[in-house]
Amino acid sequence: MMNTISDIAAITRRNLIRYTRLPQLIVFSTIQPVMFLLLFTYVFGGAIQPTGFHDYITFLLPGIIVQTVLFGSMQTGIGLAEDLSRGMIDRFRSLPMAHSAILAGRTLTDMLRNAFVIVLMVIVGFFIGFRIEHGIGKFGMAVLLTLLFGFAFSWVSATVGLMVKEVETAQVAGFIWIFPLVFASSIFVPIETMPAWLQSFARHTPITATVDAVRALSLGQPWHTGFWQAMLWTAGILLFFIPLSVYFYNKRKS
Amino acid sequence: MEKTVVEYIKKARSAGLSYEQIAEQMGKAGWNMANILHLLLSLAKQAELPEVPLAVSAKNIKKSYGSIEALKGVSIKVPFGKVFGLLGPNGAGKTTLVRILTTLLTQDSGSAAVAGYDVRRQADEVRSVVGLTGQYTAIDDYLTGRENLELVGRLYHLKKDAVKARARELLDKFGLIEAADRPAKTYSGGMRRRLDLAMGLFNHPKVLFLDEPTNGLDPQSRIALWQIIKEQVAEGRTVLLTTQYLEEADNLADVIVVLNHGQVIAEGTPEELKSKIGGDVLEIHLKEISDAARVAELLRPISKDEPRIEDQLGIVSVPAAGGASSLVAAVRLMDREGIPISDIMLRRPTLDDVFLTLTGHKQA
Repeated sequence: MMNTISDIAAITRRNLIRYTRLPQLIVFSTIQPVMFLLLFTYVFGGAIQPTGFHDYITFLLPGIIVQTVLFGSMQTGIGLAEDLSRGMIDRFRSLPMAHSAILAGRTLTDMLRNAFVIVLMVIVGFFIGFRIEHGIGKFGMAVLLTLLFGFAFSWVSATVGLMVKEVETAQVAGFIWIFPLVFASSIFVPIETMPAWLQSFARHTPITATVDAVRALSLGQPWHTGFWQAMLWTAGILLFFIPLSVYFYNKRKS
Repeated sequence: MEKTVVEYIKKARSAGLSYEQIAEQMGKAGWNMANILHLLLSLAKQAELPEVPLAVSAKNIKKSYGSIEALKGVSIKVPFGKVFGLLGPNGAGKTTLVRILTTLLTQDSGSAAVAGYDVRRQADEVRSVVGLTGQYTAIDDYLTGRENLELVGRLYHLKKDAVKARARELLDKFGLIEAADRPAKTYSGGMRRRLDLAMGLFNHPKVLFLDEPTNGLDPQSRIALWQIIKEQVAEGRTVLLTTQYLEEADNLADVIVVLNHGQVIAEGTPEELKSKIGGDVLEIHLKEISDAARVAELLRPISKDEPRIEDQLGIVSVPAAGGASSLVAAVRLMDREGIPISDIMLRRPTLDDVFLTLTGHKQA
């Protein structure tokens, strides 16, 4: 058990060092989300006035942090595919270490990076007019829920990365399904403004459920609106995709 | 009392445990080390125990990927302290065998043990006594050389001080100390290979697996790496290396197994293999391609083997057991018959020659 924890720490540390040495990754994972936040606030903010919200930034921020962790979680699959294609995973597997640490260390790294980016976005958000309404405790819960949701999607991404095994394929396979999910949700606009057929899809995705819960914990509605539904989605994704990614990891032995 | 202990040791031996492991278990059970040693020695003297344990033993290993049979029942035995060369062309199954022996892959059937541990049932024990340097350098480009080594050390669960000390020692030994704190992506090909090998050696492995260790290296780096491998052997390590080059196997290995299409087609010391080919090869490059058949006929008395003709190139070659005297004889023959040649030479046999001699046709 102690060894497993120290293995996870060693792998996580290694992944984090990589981030600091790869400028394009830092740009991609920190500056780009902040740029999105600013662009959406100032380009669309004037046109979109969601009813019941003080201004667009207040509506947007809880949604865009969920979008950020989703995009960030794609890095899990890309990172694993890269380690596979470069023989790093074989190197790790030839050592007497806990094999669970390879996947756990990877997903944990991406959660830590997501946490860093969220803090950055919230700080920028406060400067451009975002306000919370349920106090810091509930907002902390909102951030934790967002991180947990991103962690769950890291395992989806891990499964994809281990299935495709190639970095470029992992990139394409990671983003192709995430764009429709992200835009057909309550992240950027209220669902009520969409056509009826799209509404019925958008209303039932895990992303909308989580965004609604994060938004409720930050402002307006009773804080627990949609909370358990979001938790259920997160737990469901973890329960399904952790075993699935472990299966694809072990499949390399045969 | 002694009888039951003898029975126990016999059982443990046939279960695949090494003497060291038996001693360790008995030590844990409260036996005095000196008594154990005494007993083991007296037993060995009475020859009541089976043969010396092997560093690597594989019995009838089979492995298929879908409909492709990568290994069709391969058996090898590698004694401790030897260099074992696995020679064969691409796709012969060398890497598959190494991956099975280092627990990265599970065989379909057959059994294998490394340092007495079963690769399937005791995978973690195997991993703690082997070092692996794969076909492609498995180092993290964005970590420094030192960080790469320390990462491996931490994953062996060594103490922090021990990790740092061992990393420094290896950096020093492999001529990487000056580049130690630069990211590995700035390293040359030879430096990357050395770092890769240092990572494989971190935990003082009993058995070192090297999968085509000099693949893609320039001649200088290749010779430097050979030197490092020789040092490892001098320190008492067992080395199993795969290669496509006869020269490399000849230079490093005590025993060579030739693998082709997933089967062992020859086994022996480099000398035994070379004597099958008959030493050097005499090669004549003709100016007129049409002379080839006639030259082959003329060369027949020089060697007991059939001369080989490469039609399109106008090259005739034949194993020349006589060495230099065969060369002189051939030059005289060409001169006497007035056959124009562009080159004539004695060369070391290549893998092609080995395959030609062993299988009667060129490697697939």
